[in-house]
Amino acid sequence: MENLERILTEHPFLTGMDKKHIQTLVGCASNVAFKEGEFIFKEGSDADSFYFIRHGRVQIETHVPQKGAIVIRSREAGEILGWSWLVPPYKWHFDARAVELTRAIVLDGKCLRDKCEDDHDLGYEIMKRFNLIIAERLEQTRFQLMDVYGKNAK
Amino acid sequence: MAKMQNKSKTSDISLIDPMLVQAYTIQRVVRETFDTFSLELEPQSGGGEFKFAPGQFNMLYVYGVGEVPISISGDPSKEKPLIHTTRAVGTVTKAMKNLKVGDTIGIRGPYGSSWPVKEAEGYDVVIVAGGIGLAPLRPVIYYLLQHRNKYGRIVLLYGTRTPEDMLYRKQLEKWRSRFDLETYLTVDRATGSWRGNVGVVTTLIGRAPFDPLHSVAVVCGPEIMMRYTVLELLKRGVDEEKTYISMERNMKCGIGLCGHCQLGSSFVCKDGPVYRYDNIKHAFTMWEM
Ligand SMILES: Cc1cc2nc3c(=O)[nH]c(=O)nc-3n(C[C@H](O)[C@H](O)[C@H](O)COP(=O)(O)OP(=O)(O)OC[C@H]3O[C@@H](n4cnc5c(N)ncnc54)[C@H](O)[C@@H]3O)c2cc1C
Ligand code: FES
Repeated sequence: MENLERILTEHPFLTGMDKKHIQTLVGCASNVAFKEGEFIFKEGSDADSFYFIRHGRVQIETHVPQKGAIVIRSREAGEILGWSWLVPPYKWHFDARAVELTRAIVLDGKCLRDKCEDDHDLGYEIMKRFNLIIAERLEQTRFQLMDVYGKNAK
Repeated sequence: MAKMQNKSKTSDISLIDPMLVQAYTIQRVVRETFDTFSLELEPQSGGGEFKFAPGQFNMLYVYGVGEVPISISGDPSKEKPLIHTTRAVGTVTKAMKNLKVGDTIGIRGPYGSSWPVKEAEGYDVVIVAGGIGLAPLRPVIYYLLQHRNKYGRIVLLYGTRTPEDMLYRKQLEKWRSRFDLETYLTVDRATGSWRGNVGVVTTLIGRAPFDPLHSVAVVCGPEIMMRYTVLELLKRGVDEEKTYISMERNMKCGIGLCGHCQLGSSFVCKDGPVYRYDNIKHAFTMWEM
């Protein structure tokens, strides 16, 4: 537990968060590891967690008929994987697969949602942090959709 | 703080007659990707070395078709061959793609300003390339590596549409294995065996190892990619005055006479293509409208 608390405290995503809030998070956290090629979650399944990636790389994929899996994003050590646990109906929109041995701390989304309901200060802290992530990913997705290196791009 | 200025260098050829087209023979054609190729050229006159500064361009004349500006993508310290990497997009560049070893092509140049290799001495250097934008940056990478002890960390961030669109793949492999150059590659989307980064090139900026307060950034790629990249560099703390971009505009004369390449009060062929960001940002954002 002490180890989890230290790792979470040092994570940039939680910089400046109250010790008591971190301790609440630790109550919903555990260590996980995924082998190369292993799916972390699959499109359409329940989004009941999110991950602090500590080591390795994860690819976020979607399946396109006749083309197979297309990788649309990767996540690395130091990054957060998954925010669908925050938004009803709490389903994953993509597949996530470890491309190499990946170690992470997983946070139980249901557990954390309940704690955020009980303690709105914690809820606000979590929302602020996820807002930044969601805004950044929206911007990156827009940039990606522009297909700037495509035939008609300048 | 001393202001960094755009520098330009003029070749011996330009001093003789800047409009003079010299005939070159194609010695080698390298197919880089399905639509991009490099031409290795030697002068038919057998003349001396072709001096250029990293970031400069030549006007390439496909006889009977037309002339286009293309950056020099070879090693500035090597006398020969003269190398250009071109993506076939329209009339002239598609005709150029059909040229073969032994064919003749006309060259005049080199023209324009260059990357700030002197101004960057003592700093970390962050090189951000998107797509074909690696071609105008390759000479600066050669230069920095040849003068390695004059610089802090050197970081190359390169993004393309897919893994198949990456230029100079063998060279990228070599650069990745060097201890004195940090190379990060990413693609906008991937299928199959690609196990590397997937995401736009700006996603690399936040985690690349350089000191933003002590870095010079050089950026080349499509304008929209450069705009997002500069925003991300500034967000990380890199100074506008230490951020350089390379602009493209249609050109005719290439030497500041015809006004074809005008960008605000500046001529891209003469004052650019390499600009310090704070000197061009008005025109850069004008393009948004
Ligand atoms: C200073 C400078 C350096 C350059 N360096 C390089 C280089 O190293 N390698 C290189 O491949 N190109 C480079 N370019 C761009 C190159 O000059 C143009 O791609 C070329 O002029 C297009 O001519 P074209 O006759 O083939 O196409 P056109 O017939 O003029 O255009 C046909 C179509 O292609 C589109 N198009 C034109 N230019 C581009 C472009 N740059 N990117 C995507 N689509 C385009 C047009 O919008 C049009 O739809 C540089 C441009 C400048 C100003
Ligand atoms: S191309 Fe003629 S002024 Fe620039």
